[in-house]
Amino acid sequence: MKFSLSWLKTHLETTATLSDITDTLTMIGLELEGVEDRGAALAGFRIAHVIEAVQHPNADRLRMCKVDDGHGVHSVVCGAPNARTGMKGVFATAGQFIPGTGITLKVGEIRGVKSEGMLLSMREMGLGDDHSGIVDLPDDAPVGVPYPVWAGMDDPIIDIAVTPNRGDALSVRGVARDLAAAGLGVLKALRVPEIPAVFASPVTWAIEMPDACPWVLGRTVRGVKNGPSPQWLQDRLTSIGLRPINALVDVTNFFTIDLGRPLHVFDADKVQGGVLTLRPGSGERFRALNGKDYTVRPIDCVIADTAGVQSMAGVMGGEATGCDENTTSVFIECALFDPISVALTGRHHQIASDARSRFERGIDAALLPDATTLATAMVMELCGGEASETVSAGAEPAWRRQATLRFRRLAEFGGLDVPADAAVARLERLGFTVAARDADSVTLDVPSWRNDVAATSALEPDPALAPEKAAKAAAGREAMEPEADLVEEVLRLGGLDAVPAVSMPQLSPVPTLTLTPRQARAAFARRILAANGLSESVTFSFLSVKEAALFGPTPTSLRLLNPIAADLDQLRPTPLATLAAAAQRNANRGHGDVNLFEIGPAFREEGQTVFAAGIRAGTAPRAWNAPAAGGDPMVAKADVWAVLSALGVPMEALTTTTDAPGHYHPGRSGTVRQGPKTVLATFGALHPSVLAALDLGGPAVAFEIDLNAIQEPKRRKKSLPDLPAYQPVKRDFAFVVDAAVSAEVLLKAAKGAERTLIVRVVLFDVYEGDRMEAGRKSLAIEVTFQPREHTLTDAEIEAACAKVVAAVAKATGATLRG
Amino acid sequence: MTDDLASLTSETEAALAAAADLRAWDAVRVAVMGKSGTLTNKLKELGKVAPDERRTRGAALNVVKEAITAAIESRRAALESAALNARLAAERMDVTLPPHPVVNGLIHPISRTMEEMAAIFGAMGFAIAEGPDVEDDWRNFGALNIPAHHSAREDMDTFYLPPLEQGGRRRVMRTHTSPVQVRTMIGQEPPIRVIVPGRTYRADHDATHSPMFHQVEGLAIDRGLTLGHLKGCLIDFLRIFFGISNLPVRFRSSYFPFTEPSMEVDIGWNRRTGELGGGGDWLEILGSGMVHPKVLANCGIDAREWQGFAFGMGIERVTMLKHGMPDLRPFYESDIRWLRHYGFSALAPAMLHEGV
Repeated sequence: MKFSLSWLKTHLETTATLSDITDTLTMIGLELEGVEDRGAALAGFRIAHVIEAVQHPNADRLRMCKVDDGHGVHSVVCGAPNARTGMKGVFATAGQFIPGTGITLKVGEIRGVKSEGMLLSMREMGLGDDHSGIVDLPDDAPVGVPYPVWAGMDDPIIDIAVTPNRGDALSVRGVARDLAAAGLGVLKALRVPEIPAVFASPVTWAIEMPDACPWVLGRTVRGVKNGPSPQWLQDRLTSIGLRPINALVDVTNFFTIDLGRPLHVFDADKVQGGVLTLRPGSGERFRALNGKDYTVRPIDCVIADTAGVQSMAGVMGGEATGCDENTTSVFIECALFDPISVALTGRHHQIASDARSRFERGIDAALLPDATTLATAMVMELCGGEASETVSAGAEPAWRRQATLRFRRLAEFGGLDVPADAAVARLERLGFTVAARDADSVTLDVPSWRNDVAATSALEPDPALAPEKAAKAAAGREAMEPEADLVEEVLRLGGLDAVPAVSMPQLSPVPTLTLTPRQARAAFARRILAANGLSESVTFSFLSVKEAALFGPTPTSLRLLNPIAADLDQLRPTPLATLAAAAQRNANRGHGDVNLFEIGPAFREEGQTVFAAGIRAGTAPRAWNAPAAGGDPMVAKADVWAVLSALGVPMEALTTTTDAPGHYHPGRSGTVRQGPKTVLATFGALHPSVLAALDLGGPAVAFEIDLNAIQEPKRRKKSLPDLPAYQPVKRDFAFVVDAAVSAEVLLKAAKGAERTLIVRVVLFDVYEGDRMEAGRKSLAIEVTFQPREHTLTDAEIEAACAKVVAAVAKATGATLRG
Repeated sequence: MTDDLASLTSETEAALAAAADLRAWDAVRVAVMGKSGTLTNKLKELGKVAPDERRTRGAALNVVKEAITAAIESRRAALESAALNARLAAERMDVTLPPHPVVNGLIHPISRTMEEMAAIFGAMGFAIAEGPDVEDDWRNFGALNIPAHHSAREDMDTFYLPPLEQGGRRRVMRTHTSPVQVRTMIGQEPPIRVIVPGRTYRADHDATHSPMFHQVEGLAIDRGLTLGHLKGCLIDFLRIFFGISNLPVRFRSSYFPFTEPSMEVDIGWNRRTGELGGGGDWLEILGSGMVHPKVLANCGIDAREWQGFAFGMGIERVTMLKHGMPDLRPFYESDIRWLRHYGFSALAPAMLHEGV
């Protein structure tokens, strides 16, 4: 909300400086958005009399002027075509900064003539584009007076952000009251004159929608002469960015800002049938004062006469009954509208008006009679005429509430031991009145404009709460909320900086665990992957349906109803989807070789889980001693293995099946399972058609690990280490098997051939080359036998080897390679 | 010494000198000292020598044997040393070659900041709580004293999802991490100390707003926690997080539906240079307040018994300030150049005893 300093001072008696005022506003919760002090930059420019302007001896287009700025006579060379003897202008002396040109003036000599200053154009003062000549002021402009003072520009404009709870602070008077309560002056009394009622109002009220409008007043002023407002009122409004319309309309806008009290004026002669009725809309079209048409709904409260809807209550008036220069009889509306009703209507019709923003925060329910009188008085002052009686419908609602403050709660809750007298004084300056007080507490009547204090809004409790628990909690709220409101007011006005900071009390000498085991595992997985050469990314949780569909299901239940862009509308089925797009963006920048991973949400119809996903795109780094290679799914599998083994998964229990999801290459991908049901991870080369759809050129391998599927390792003490006394024996075997036989089956068979003796099986060679029969391959393994009782004899080793060969042959049909 | 022994010695020495490698050397050794070597044969023949000559002959043979053994061993050592030198010369390589390439991975600055927050708040007894990104509108709004008509629901530019069942609660992308406050208060009895780092979503996209961003929420509920503890907790955090022990921190009265009193928190900085600490300007950094009695009641907590505070701050914002990062958007771009520049080592996690 904007207001000028002089406007503020019509309500606040103060000697405080502008910076005192703005600093205080920020500290008490009326945050300063900005101060516009248009005059500050111009304060040194004085009104000056051009005593003489004669042709420059050495330049056709220049004049030599003698200028009196009230502080002396100066010689000035001026190039403006309109410089002439006897005129009044604006003068800048040497040393002053010229806002329009960004130059600081110096005494100079122009073609042999001394120039001690400058006569300014509007553009040079930074006041617009006019540079056709120097400023030509009226003859009565006072020489020596600073230009901004004469031009009325020395009035700083203060802009504050008003929080949604403070409807009362959306008024100059409300701001003045807060400042006074914070100790920055005294709030002036609001003087309300007596306006005699001379006739019966030709327009009256009827309320058919009391929930939306409990109370409305009105008064007719007849014999008015409408026209432009006087200058002071126009200046008030233009200073805060409002456009003056005509005196009657300007009066309503003035009180909206001055008292936070929106009003509306009807041209009484245009109201049909003599009764204005507050009722639900019924689908009528209605043209508002902004020239736009709206269709009002049954939940919109409207003001209608017999001709139809004339106003959208509390939001915007109508064009048909508006006041213009021909208006001679005006009906002033001063109503109390329900905040929620106004909010819903304004939001639906997308009308942001000064009236709406005040009604929806809640306005002063007791101010209606005084506001009606003040508006009537100002209309008569500006436009003449005589006033009718005050007509009304409904009644003043029951707004009176009390709140009690136990003084000890200031320290126990607010953390600051404010003396009781000081606390009460602050509240009284805000308009609270003491109803009862003892040594321990004070009970106060809440002023009518503070709808936020001791408000009685409904709870929205968890429906699953046990009834007794819910009732006890509700009683706790009832008891504590009004007091919390008062503590807030007392602390706010003294500045929260006054509350001493206290470090958190320790719960235990050494803190307990910060992370759950699951959280710690995610953090560990992050470090493992980064240590494996992948860089962590954070990508959006949503992307286009089309791209999401490449990577998994895209149910409409996970599609945003109001996406910000069409390509950000589907929650991703896996972080791999957005990582692949990230790899593509990097490739577009000329960085096709990237290794990225992300630990983040994967969204599925059955719920949200956490994936550690990664992509290795492009080729591995080129080096003199290693072939440049990329697209090896085994690298992705190694990433999976690194994470799973670090997280304590029993690796020997895992199986890899060849049924990875469709975004992988069907022949170069796998699903990692623990038992038949649990899928821990998938990995592989990305499907060529996915690469093509993403416009990802090079090879890319990827993996996805479902961190939530990993069982929490059993928290038990480690078993003793296995440290046999006898040396292990290693034997190599080369098996020839059908090319379709999977290595995992062969390795498991070998490992299982002699469980107590075989501790390790390593596949060290796979051969499918020319020297192999077509459709066959050779798998070479190294088996480690670990004796435990005695050194193995040759016969025992031979027997164990025979078992390995037999077991592998049985499982895979393998023969030993000749 | 007899002539035959003298010539044996000299012949052997000549043969050893002629042996160019260990194989030739071994042949000489076997020819002299082997089972039927020349010296061995002479030793065998000692028994046939007449008893009176035997002593002299034996002594002479021993002298020769010792000399020849020494010569053989000495030649072996020389040949081995030469062989080793030859091998070392052959194995010479260009050690100026570049080493094996190692690709370093990195931790994203958002994760790093979350880790640092966990470390600092953890030391103050807070635990990490989490919740889903898709919430119902009661947890995101209603329970937090933001009723259906409240303007805050508009201000927050909420993303909505279709309800799961006809007439069910509206589903939203959580606009803040505060719904986890609600989950925590319903799920556990006070005292409570949690922080909630996580993804949040608002329908806003420009240079300084992203439709997805991260927040950390804090909630502390206990019997005697006051607004003074709120200030102390946040000042302690901010000073350690930014590593400025005298960082100016200012608390301004404000309004949030879920707290009362509510405060905005500013830190001191220099608007012109962007440097934190001095400079006389203030920078808004987070919102906070005492938990509203209505929020406690909605979650079944009796405000007469329990009270506490809550706060929320933007993780990207504090990360940008801490590291002097000028722009928000690259956080989600995955530009490898940016990640390499701002990323953190996996092997240096945030730990209070090593420094955050």
